[in-house]
Amino acid sequence: MGKAIVVTSGKGGVGKTTTTAALGAALASRGEKVVVVDFDVGLRNLDLVMGAERRVVYDLINIIQGEAKLQQALIRDKRLETLYLLPASQTRDKDKLTPEGVEQVITSLKKNFDWVICDSPAGIERGPTMAMRHADIAIVVTNPEVSSVRDSDRIIGLLDAKTARAERGERVEKHLLLTRYDPARAESGDMLQVDDVLEILSIPLLGIIPESMDVLRASNLGTPVTLADKHSETAQAYFAAARRLTGESVPITIPTDRRGFFGKFFGRKAA
Amino acid sequence: MSETLTAEKPIRLKGRSILALVLSPELPFDDWLRRLDDLAARSAGYFLKRPIILDITGLDIDREQLRDLVSRLGDRDVRIMGIEGAAPSQLAVDLPPAMSGGRPASDIDPSDAEPESPQPATQSKPPAPEWKPGRTVPSIIVTEPVRSGQSLMFEGDITVVGSVGSGAEVVAGGSIHIYGTLRGRAVAGSAGDASARIFCSKLEAELVAITGLYKTSEDLEPELRGKSVQFWLKNDALMVEKLG
Repeated sequence: MGKAIVVTSGKGGVGKTTTTAALGAALASRGEKVVVVDFDVGLRNLDLVMGAERRVVYDLINIIQGEAKLQQALIRDKRLETLYLLPASQTRDKDKLTPEGVEQVITSLKKNFDWVICDSPAGIERGPTMAMRHADIAIVVTNPEVSSVRDSDRIIGLLDAKTARAERGERVEKHLLLTRYDPARAESGDMLQVDDVLEILSIPLLGIIPESMDVLRASNLGTPVTLADKHSETAQAYFAAARRLTGESVPITIPTDRRGFFGKFFGRKAA
Repeated sequence: MSETLTAEKPIRLKGRSILALVLSPELPFDDWLRRLDDLAARSAGYFLKRPIILDITGLDIDREQLRDLVSRLGDRDVRIMGIEGAAPSQLAVDLPPAMSGGRPASDIDPSDAEPESPQPATQSKPPAPEWKPGRTVPSIIVTEPVRSGQSLMFEGDITVVGSVGSGAEVVAGGSIHIYGTLRGRAVAGSAGDASARIFCSKLEAELVAITGLYKTSEDLEPELRGKSVQFWLKNDALMVEKLG
């Protein structure tokens, strides 16, 4: 039996889809069997980031409605043979996500995969609650700024109350992934410090992903950032996070500003 | 198409216990409503938006008068969830339902709450708390952080071992103790207990209130931010001082 992970945040644009794709690819490249599931019905994105948008036939809603079999909807990645995508529907209504249907899909995916990674839509309505409903583990993606942190706090509250595990009196294992971390802005005090975020959210830190152009570049290519350039700082941070997920103990380093004096000087001026 | 489910899901009835405020109107209503308006003006009607029960025990009024009172309260945004102490002849389907079996918490008497000259929060010594023999206050201890969007309500004292997040609220009939950072709202003495206090080890609150008298983050002195403080009521003024 595999584990179901929900990648969630409350706030939009913090890096949920990027994280889902990157961690999925990172785990799959270690030989683990992984499926990434897009729950953003009506605004699907994960297929683009995975570079599979031209191969979508059936989707999550088709399966829930009984119009297709799971095997028909799963798209196998062309780069990693243990990585699969279950796309969301772009045309259907998110109200078609029923609790029973979602449970069936997640249960059968968990039987066939080591990791079922669900990309949650933003917000706290039906889509996000369905995405987190059957999760064993939650990765709370947060940017180091106040609105993102408060939204994450709200989501953590929902994870402790509205999930199937919470209703059974169990806990969803929660991890914080701090994304879009900009060392230069952290140094100048324009951003919340890592310690402040950890103090407010008080859940364990899974990793810190630096703000980087690599992410945008990889998305445009339709490649998870961990497959685009394995040696980039961003990819390395995601690989480390994936190893921590599997239970390895990997020390967390806070990214620092590596630009020299002139780099800093011009960097500020440009900003 | 989707399969139809074989068995219909049973409807479950669940119990809920919430702390409601009780208003006991007095005749003549015009005079009583004026005093209510006065109270609401001073507490910005904060607690009037909570569930409220109307206790009309012993009031000699007919159905029309009751209907009129409920509608005049409605004009003031006071929504009545139930009526206590009403005779069947006083009630009707268009009036809130009859309620009984409520357990009393502490009293709020509007005549006690007449405004004296309100004093700004200063750092004078708080008076020693009154110890009343035989007064037992139920209390709960919460060992998890209270997250944004969560509302923790209890009729007695609340102790939180952890932080109260921005956008979260803790509402206690008694006192509130927070061993962590208070970033959200803390409302103590919600049923009118003026001896209730609020303690927190780090103050970053959005709002603190005792018996409806409140201060927002803007009204709090900046030097108190991030400090360990307590709030209490003195002559209808919300007082605050640093601890330790």
